[in-house]
Amino acid sequence: MSKALLTGKEYATLTEISGPLLFIERTSGIAFGEVVKVRTPDGEERSGQVLEVGEDMAVVQVFEGTSGLDVSKTTVRFTGETLRFPVSVDILGRIFDGSGKPVDGGPEIIPEDELDIHGAAINPYSRAFPSEFIQTGVSSIDGMNTLVRGQKLPLFSGSGLPHNLVAAQIARQAKVLGKEEEFAVVFAAMGITSDEARFFKEDFEKRGAIDKVVMFFNLADDPAIERLITPRLALTASEYLAFQNDMHILVILTDMTNYAEALREISAAREEVPGRRGYPGYMYTDLATIYERAGRIHGKKGTITQMPILTMPHDDITHPVPDLTGYITEGQIYLERALYMKGIYPPINVLPSLSRLMNEGIGRGKTREDHRQVADQLYYAYAEGRSLRELVAVIGEEALTERDRRYLQFADRYEREFVNQGVYENRDIEKTLDIGWDLLAALPEGELKRIDPQNIKKYHPKYRGKVEA
Amino acid sequence: MNGVGKIIRISGPVVIAKDMHGAQMYELVKVGEEKLFGETIGIESDKATIQVYEETSGMRPGETVERTGKPLSVELGPGIVGQIYDGIQRPLTSIQELVGPFFQRGVTIPAIDRKKKWEFTPADVKVGDRVAEGDVLGTVPETPLVTHKVMVPPGLRGRVKSLAKEGAYTVEEDIATLETEEGLVGLQMAQFWPVRRARPYKTKLPSTTPLLTGQRIIDTFFPMAKGGQGSIPGGFGTGKTVMLHQLAQWADSNIIVYVGCGERGNEMAEVLERFPKLEDPRTGKPLMTRTILIANTSNMPIAAREASIYTGITIGEYFRDMGYDVALMADSTSRWAEALREISGRLEEMPGEEGYPAYLASRLSEFYERAGRVQVLGSTPRIGSISVVGAVSPPGADFSEPVTQNTLRIIKVFWGLDKALAERRHFPAINWLTSYSLYYDSLEEWYSKKLGLDWSSLRGEALSLLQQEEELQEIVRLVGPDALSESQRVILEGAKMIREDFLMQSAYHPIDSYCSIEKCYYMLKVILKFYERMKAAAERGVLIKEILALPVVEEIARLKLVPVDQAEKVCKETEAKMVEQFENLYASGGRGTA
Ligand SMILES: Nc1ncnc2c1ncn2[C@@H]1O[C@H](COP(=O)(O)OP(=O)(O)O)[C@@H](O)[C@H]1O
Ligand SMILES: [Mg+2]
Repeated sequence: MSKALLTGKEYATLTEISGPLLFIERTSGIAFGEVVKVRTPDGEERSGQVLEVGEDMAVVQVFEGTSGLDVSKTTVRFTGETLRFPVSVDILGRIFDGSGKPVDGGPEIIPEDELDIHGAAINPYSRAFPSEFIQTGVSSIDGMNTLVRGQKLPLFSGSGLPHNLVAAQIARQAKVLGKEEEFAVVFAAMGITSDEARFFKEDFEKRGAIDKVVMFFNLADDPAIERLITPRLALTASEYLAFQNDMHILVILTDMTNYAEALREISAAREEVPGRRGYPGYMYTDLATIYERAGRIHGKKGTITQMPILTMPHDDITHPVPDLTGYITEGQIYLERALYMKGIYPPINVLPSLSRLMNEGIGRGKTREDHRQVADQLYYAYAEGRSLRELVAVIGEEALTERDRRYLQFADRYEREFVNQGVYENRDIEKTLDIGWDLLAALPEGELKRIDPQNIKKYHPKYRGKVEA
Repeated sequence: MNGVGKIIRISGPVVIAKDMHGAQMYELVKVGEEKLFGETIGIESDKATIQVYEETSGMRPGETVERTGKPLSVELGPGIVGQIYDGIQRPLTSIQELVGPFFQRGVTIPAIDRKKKWEFTPADVKVGDRVAEGDVLGTVPETPLVTHKVMVPPGLRGRVKSLAKEGAYTVEEDIATLETEEGLVGLQMAQFWPVRRARPYKTKLPSTTPLLTGQRIIDTFFPMAKGGQGSIPGGFGTGKTVMLHQLAQWADSNIIVYVGCGERGNEMAEVLERFPKLEDPRTGKPLMTRTILIANTSNMPIAAREASIYTGITIGEYFRDMGYDVALMADSTSRWAEALREISGRLEEMPGEEGYPAYLASRLSEFYERAGRVQVLGSTPRIGSISVVGAVSPPGADFSEPVTQNTLRIIKVFWGLDKALAERRHFPAINWLTSYSLYYDSLEEWYSKKLGLDWSSLRGEALSLLQQEEELQEIVRLVGPDALSESQRVILEGAKMIREDFLMQSAYHPIDSYCSIEKCYYMLKVILKFYERMKAAAERGVLIKEILALPVVEEIARLKLVPVDQAEKVCKETEAKMVEQFENLYASGGRGTA
């Protein structure tokens, strides 16, 4: 990085500052997307990037914000470089700020390479379809919305819900059965509070995993526009560790809603035609350039699994941030306030949750042959129970048939026994499926239409152990 | 000599260049030092606005723009089937060989292998014969499922001066020479066609045959026609992609063009991994040997995303011209529309509804209009078709948005996906109350001939049961199930059987994934017979609970899992058991008296 900083053209021809943007005139030969160093009147240096260039003008976004800048004394140097992050395996165990500068007081990192933080898209032909079951130890995920290695599966949450606890629990417990490899975690914070950041740091430290973690912190009081690069730094680090150093990486990005707000701010400053709720029309594509940086590649040992976290404003799943995320990611884990209020942890409502890659990761030889069918039956029963709950709210329980009452009870037990578990409780997949069976056993056997008779004979508590496998 | 212009402005994928006199709209240009492909999308005096098909970062004003004088085109000839291309027909396989798993800019690779030799067999054409556009000069066995017909390109006619003998040729070698009014023209197996222009045909014909998909709710209730236009809108996770994959797998079509337009990379990887292992249920040959994939995923350049659906449909038209039935799926047209919107925004055009350009509607209908069943060019009559199904991804699953609405005005088959059904894991989550097929009436004759005259009444009865269920559910929601009469409860149970035992169909179950139309018929018949008997029994005072406890109920629920070739037999056996069990119920004294 240092060499590029010494070269480049410097301009003092700023004509306008608008929000996070600078307009510079009488430029020449500026490259689209190049990195810019801005020197403030009091000598501080900030970085930015070219958003648009003409023959004699350039528009620049400043990551650390434009406060304190003016048009007369501020100077802008164009470095001729794209945004790069210096990488080495020594980044493991280190903490960086949201722009990629180490902030842990550790030794200087001697880069083995400097990578463009925007990465390069993976050729779809080169992708290997994810199929290795990750046991997270959380029943409502493993049993119902299985995560596989190389998947991007976000947590859809709301403010005040325990998404951090859930994410940390997954990071602690995640493992691929039958394999020794552990996950290294790359953690990127965008606009979260220092309490939240500390929680993650301490959780990694407590279990002695800190030397397998890379952290990037852009906190609530850090510059908002910097949030546009923080996740890209994290993913650049992840790609380096996964695809050049054969590691299995779990990336946690939080909170993507703050990221989207930074995007909206830039778009507003550029006076672009706003899309839904003021977010730019290209937000889908922009988010995709982050989320698609997950996966497996033929011929590479390492993998990138992503778990972005986002808080849905007003718990509204149709808000553009969760909506566009859901359109890109391979499912979502939905945290629900009503379950949280009932004291259920993790408060995961499995109905609006989904894992699109589940099917590849489960079944005989991977989890258990009855997994798909048990999950389908649990889904059916829980959905039935929940809709009856709504009905009961209107017409009272007396009007229900015996069958309906059983489903109503099922839904309650399902939440209390299957979904609910301890923050440190790590259930293996057998245990998860067996709890599922115990609950299903309370329904008449004829109701279990989603399950093959052989599997009923083999796994139903009524017959278990009585029939040859 | 084509001119060279100079870049004066760069904003993402949109570049403005000056000194571009004589540039044409939609002309292919090479932009910047790296000669990235681009296309002229606006001209104002000597300034051209260009959409660039690759990342522009690092590009500077002052760099050159070379004109090619040609429009953006696809290359058509043997070697396309089984391939996977990006939005501007670059083969992703060769790109990987060249640069590895991550894309790099500025890669130029021909769409069709130049060195590969194909076995060409001349058609019944002699030297001296007059031939014209669309006439077949010979055939090439392209894949186990596709015989490629080498045709005289549109716009050309003449006398055959020479014709290649049976043998192996590359796509660049002359296989014929024509004496035309403009002189001698050499013809090769490969030809080019501009993607934004529909390939010509003789006449459009009505659609009278269904495009069978193996999906019960579609083939039974809301059928697609060969040559038809359909759309499948739905919020995220409601099953658009799975359904399009199902169509690509099971549709009874000669050629499948699957366009992954601005969606996930892993979904293309899934097709690439699964299709070569799957067999065509009709021929037993690997499905990949009739499939062409266009993959311009969400993280790939948006200008190429915009082009991708045209690349796909032009390839489709080419195979249609051979007289084949082609089915094209585009997942998702919303991402295409967003690419259009983004480019329009960069051009600072006047935005229409929700920022989409005012020409969104006309572009959409131009695209869907390229579907159809037609009499293709050529002296001997041939009929070909392209069926088009587009996924739509409405923000917030709200169908009132512009892309859904403009699409609905064009298409004739609407498979509306329902978030509530998807959450309950009722798949396919196609809402049976709101979906429709405007083709059903013209296909009815086909169904009656194929399945018998009772087909339409079975279908009508099933749809009516579902309709009645909805009305009764309304009552239940207001006053509870107690308020229903016994006969009304019978209707609810009948409708539930149709929903759960017939309409639900798992794409992941090896047998259930595909259901022949005959199997649909037998299943529907058994279920409705059961319903009739249930009704009769209930009228005679038998408790519904007792009826539902009959062993045949569970058997009906498992009919889905009966292999297609045993469906008739098993359904008839089930029916016999049903009759017997009802008789026993009466005999055992139940409530009713025999
Ligand atoms: N026909 C089906 N059978 C079984 N599961 C399905 C079916 N359709 C959809 N699903 C389930 O729904 C999920 C989402 O479907 P998908 O087609 O990816 O949705 P969309 O493209 O609308 O976002 C799938 O991963 C699968 O779990
Ligand atoms: Mg999809």
